[in-house]
Amino acid sequence: MTEPIRLAEIAHARSGDKGNHANIGVIAFSEEGFRHLGKVLTEVRVAEFFLPLRPSEVRRYALPGIHAYNFVLKNVLGGGASRSLRTDSQGKTLSLALLEMRIPALEGAGMNDDG
Amino acid sequence: MKSIRVGNGAGFWGDNLDAPRRLCEAGRLDYLTLEYLAELTMSILAHQKSRDPSAGWVTDFGEVIASLVPSLRAQPGLKIVTNAGGMNPRGCAAAIADVLVQQGLPDIVIGAVSGDNLFPRLDELLRAGESFAHFETGQPIDSIRNRIVSANAYLGAGGIVESLAGGARIVMTGRVADASLTLGPAVYELGWNWLDWAQRDWDRLAAATVAGHLIECGAQCTGGMFSAWRPEISLSDVGYPIAEISDDGRVIITKPPESGGTVNVETVAEQLVYEIGDPTHYLTPDVDTDFSHVRLSQVGIDRVEVSHARGAPPPETLKVSLAYQDGFMAAATLVVCGPNAVENARAAAAMILDRLASAGVRLARTHVEILGNGDTLPGLAMSPASDPWDVVLRVSAADRSRAALERFVREFAPLVTAGPPGITGYTGGRAKPHPVLAYWPTTVSRAQLNPEVVMRTAKEWASTGGKSK
Repeated sequence: MTEPIRLAEIAHARSGDKGNHANIGVIAFSEEGFRHLGKVLTEVRVAEFFLPLRPSEVRRYALPGIHAYNFVLKNVLGGGASRSLRTDSQGKTLSLALLEMRIPALEGAGMNDDG
Repeated sequence: MKSIRVGNGAGFWGDNLDAPRRLCEAGRLDYLTLEYLAELTMSILAHQKSRDPSAGWVTDFGEVIASLVPSLRAQPGLKIVTNAGGMNPRGCAAAIADVLVQQGLPDIVIGAVSGDNLFPRLDELLRAGESFAHFETGQPIDSIRNRIVSANAYLGAGGIVESLAGGARIVMTGRVADASLTLGPAVYELGWNWLDWAQRDWDRLAAATVAGHLIECGAQCTGGMFSAWRPEISLSDVGYPIAEISDDGRVIITKPPESGGTVNVETVAEQLVYEIGDPTHYLTPDVDTDFSHVRLSQVGIDRVEVSHARGAPPPETLKVSLAYQDGFMAAATLVVCGPNAVENARAAAAMILDRLASAGVRLARTHVEILGNGDTLPGLAMSPASDPWDVVLRVSAADRSRAALERFVREFAPLVTAGPPGITGYTGGRAKPHPVLAYWPTTVSRAQLNPEVVMRTAKEWASTGGKSK
């Protein structure tokens, strides 16, 4: 088994707000990386990672043309831009947080069914 | 083949004041777009207009237009499309007309597009069967009806196309979909079918809409906010984005030569996914755009081609952004230094809340952050435990009572002398509670909207003072 890697090693990302929801677009640097993300960066994994923010739902959408997945995290901003008491009321730092997630290394993907 | 260059010099109200001028000087633009309206900006402008009927537009714009006068003189083909009009496009047109007349440009035609403001029509529209229910929760509007401060529909590119066809060199709108600021010029200049929906080429409209989406946030597609940014990408002189749109729907994103930042497949991809939901339905009043198959390719230095956008007819309902009063909020900070700074900051926050409780002040919501300790994302352990010498303590609170928050913000200064050691940084004065304007997304049927375009020369606008008659 190879060591897990940071998501940032194979992808980059941007996040922002829509009302009280946030979205995080995660873009793989390569097509191979995109296929890997399809297996390991599931709605469940992302929801678990952001569990302390208590998302009511996490949805994943594919943008295969740019090797990306868009994650929509419902109700994670503590009220959104106008009502949230947080410094980051618009979720702009969620992308950098997600890029720190540890995921299985690319070459180990096939040997590790549970991701 | 014909193509146009559309540059966007502002991504929000408060963006760099020199960017529009620099973009015009170096960008060889046909069009400059300037986008100022975030989701809640309209409610702030509504508040300003309620105190002064000639206000309600983006006040930065007067200074910006003055900075653009030399470019407007030197480049006779340059046109400007902006939503700086906010709650009062005609008032903004009149205000900038004064500047243009003074600067010797009295004959410039300004088209003002209105019709997005539904606030004065809410009762009429409710009677006509519009529910204005919250479009996610389905909650009826009754609960907030008497607290609404603004209600604006997102208009599409129609009023912009009409203004340009009428000879406008400056188009001043209120709330329109951000991407429509770019689509309007493309439709007009590239001769695309527009009025007859059966003749529309939805894929081309989609291509220009993607272009508009990519440039609408300014430097966010030219290296700003780039998650893989490195110091070699110079941002102090960052170039703002330009979309080259061809009549066949080809789009290239670029930036002025010699400017800072970078335009590559990665910076553009990050902006493509910015603040989107389902990528197969990016909805504007103009077109339902599918982003999911969009491809990006580097076709030159700082040149990225954007292809494979697909379009379909948009829905019959338009998005409305409605704001309502929802009590008050305040936030204040102190700096806590020394050994055990994190623990001492937490203790200081507890003292604030204890003292308020002793004084009988109960706040509906409070939130404590120790900045420097990873608290921006509460509960996520992003960095290993550390013992920083200094942290920022930020405490925020919300309540229906302004008086309760006035008392809350008074509890910070006493901590300097009656708190743990090492508290400093109380130099900015006492924080002020401010009203919360909460956001209520809803919809209205397209048939209820009557976009209205008023065209006048700067000289004529200046003499009207922005009044409609």
